[in-house]
Amino acid sequence: MKLEDLRKIRERASKDLNLRKGNARVQIVVGMGTSGIAAGARDVLAAFLDEIAKRGLTDVVVTQTGGRGLASSEPVVEIHVQEKPIVVYGNVDRERAARIVAEHVVNGQAIDDFVIEVREP
Amino acid sequence: MKRRLDVLVCSGAACASAHSQDVRDELRRQIASHGLDEEVHVIETGCMGPCEMGPIVLVYPEGVFYVRLTPADVAEIVEEHFLKGRQVDRLLWESPEARRLAQKKRQLPFFEGQQKIVLSNCGRIDPENLEEYIAADGYAALAKVLSEMKPDAVVASIESSGLRGRGGAGFPTGKKWQFVAQEQGEEKAIVCNGDEGDPGAFMDRSLLEGDPHAILEGMAIAAYAVGADHGYIYVRAEYPLAIQRLEIAVAQAREAGLLGLNILETGFSFDVELRIGAGAFVCGEETALLESIEGKRGMPRPRPPYPSASGAFNLPTLINNVETWGNIRHIVLHGPEWFRSVGTEKSPGTKVFALSGNVCNTGLVEVPMGTTLRQLIFDIGGGIPGDKAFKAVQTGGPSGGCIPAKHLDTPIDYESLKELGTIMGSGGVIVMDEDSCMVNIAKFFLDFSCEESCGKCVPCRIGVDQMRKILERITQGQGHPDDLGRLHELADVIKATSLCGLGQAAPNPVLSTLQHFEDEYRAHVEDKVCPAMVCRELISYEIDTATCKACDQCRKVCPVDAISGEPGKPPYALNAETCIRCGQCQVVCPFDAIHKTSRQPVAD
Repeated sequence: MKLEDLRKIRERASKDLNLRKGNARVQIVVGMGTSGIAAGARDVLAAFLDEIAKRGLTDVVVTQTGGRGLASSEPVVEIHVQEKPIVVYGNVDRERAARIVAEHVVNGQAIDDFVIEVREP
Repeated sequence: MKRRLDVLVCSGAACASAHSQDVRDELRRQIASHGLDEEVHVIETGCMGPCEMGPIVLVYPEGVFYVRLTPADVAEIVEEHFLKGRQVDRLLWESPEARRLAQKKRQLPFFEGQQKIVLSNCGRIDPENLEEYIAADGYAALAKVLSEMKPDAVVASIESSGLRGRGGAGFPTGKKWQFVAQEQGEEKAIVCNGDEGDPGAFMDRSLLEGDPHAILEGMAIAAYAVGADHGYIYVRAEYPLAIQRLEIAVAQAREAGLLGLNILETGFSFDVELRIGAGAFVCGEETALLESIEGKRGMPRPRPPYPSASGAFNLPTLINNVETWGNIRHIVLHGPEWFRSVGTEKSPGTKVFALSGNVCNTGLVEVPMGTTLRQLIFDIGGGIPGDKAFKAVQTGGPSGGCIPAKHLDTPIDYESLKELGTIMGSGGVIVMDEDSCMVNIAKFFLDFSCEESCGKCVPCRIGVDQMRKILERITQGQGHPDDLGRLHELADVIKATSLCGLGQAAPNPVLSTLQHFEDEYRAHVEDKVCPAMVCRELISYEIDTATCKACDQCRKVCPVDAISGEPGKPPYALNAETCIRCGQCQVVCPFDAIHKTSRQPVAD
């Protein structure tokens, strides 16, 4: 192994350790109650993970939560940005997930059309 | 689907002995059966700290902290949490000192007051996975010194960091490095002292188990700095998991070109061998350890010559303790100024402690130097269980002493502990509640020192045994009025004349308890009373006739048939003549009807 190889391994492997930092800038919370899963929340969760990996974002984590009683709007996704109100999106699908990452997570602009609730953390 | 959850299973020795591997296997099985293998990864880590709570599982990215798991709990975690995102509240840590049920690891008071530098990887990465270590900046410090720094600059950096030996006495580490670097000679050796032998100490074991590469990296950096090309890691055989993980780490590092010839293709070469000790306490003393490495019986050598001039196989040798080695890479990466910004002026950095005894959260903790004993024991340790009062804390093992409640606000550093008659030691912290007898504690440590004395020099071999005999007499109510003076006299001679540090420090547990708890000694000697009601010869047991319900439990458990009575016909009677005061009846009594009282000792 050369110095250069060590650096390469570190760059590649440190992405896997990001999950364990516990201090992400943005947390994407996908509602995964029974109704959420039935409405395709697992696919949405996967879409967020794909999008984050594609963009190489290291300060964003995706977690899940149970249903919050918004069955008609499932899949429901919350975006927690540090020190900002929590924005809740309804009827999220793969396409909306990609837009949420691009516009809200990366550029900080919530997409008003899909927002169903804004609340204080 | 992409990886989204990291499930960290603590596999430190404490969790392993609570069968964490069964929990791990069940997790893997359940995760596979739900088809979650790709998105949920199970990773085994070193010690996370709260050993009392094991087996422990930590789920990231949320940081949910599950405790005291059994394989039967796993299905619920996988179905509810991993699949549906609902954490399982009943398996969280109900930490009484937390204001509410702590949902996340960082909300737990146990972790709040800690600052993990040496233990930063312990409980976070898989110690058997070199890539995870590299991901956590592993071997970056070695790469830095090999590519950017001259050897003397590395020594200077350690020296100006102010790092002091974490093995006990607190000798400045940089000075040691300087001494060895100055030595002329083609061949020099590096030694890692992993012979952790203090009762109640498990810092080194946990670090070796949880982050073995960090030790190898520290040693390799030192080898470059002082001009050595080989090293020895001395670990005791009773640490099989530490040995196993070290062996794996050494093999991985060699394979990757991080140990051996031409490391990182820079022309620098260094390799290590493991030396397995048989568990003699004296081998933690550096010169005895060197003898043992050479294959001889572990006995101290007279100093000088010091190991820096003539150590292993008469080569100039640099010996540091495991935790000291664990600090090196952080100092190299972040610089001596950063290191000095943590801790106190004279004791920079952090210290790892093994909390045990009468404290709620026993386990492994790391705090900045200067943290007070009160913060360590009450904020992080959660205080004393069972509404008992704090009595004393023992630090430094058989070479240390006991600190009473009035000094709880003392900041922990090398000097302030010394002033209180104890030492920092390697980091064992034993908390004692009101039910502890300080004379008995002193005797416990002297028993240990007698047992472990190598016998080479007279003061330690015979002197410590004389002190032990006096203590034995005192605890049996046979003490003479001049015994306390005699203890002081013996202690002075032993301290002044023993060959090695262990003998010189062996009287410390007695001296410090005499200093802070003289009243208790006097009660034993003059009144023949053990105030804590621990010393068997000075207590007796009584059955309270009003509360006894004649349940027969005490009679059944008594090993010498000292209790008589008929079930259902209270009260029972206890024959003080036959009673051996083992206390089992008191333990089993469901009605709290059996009590201890003081009694005058029976003359021989």
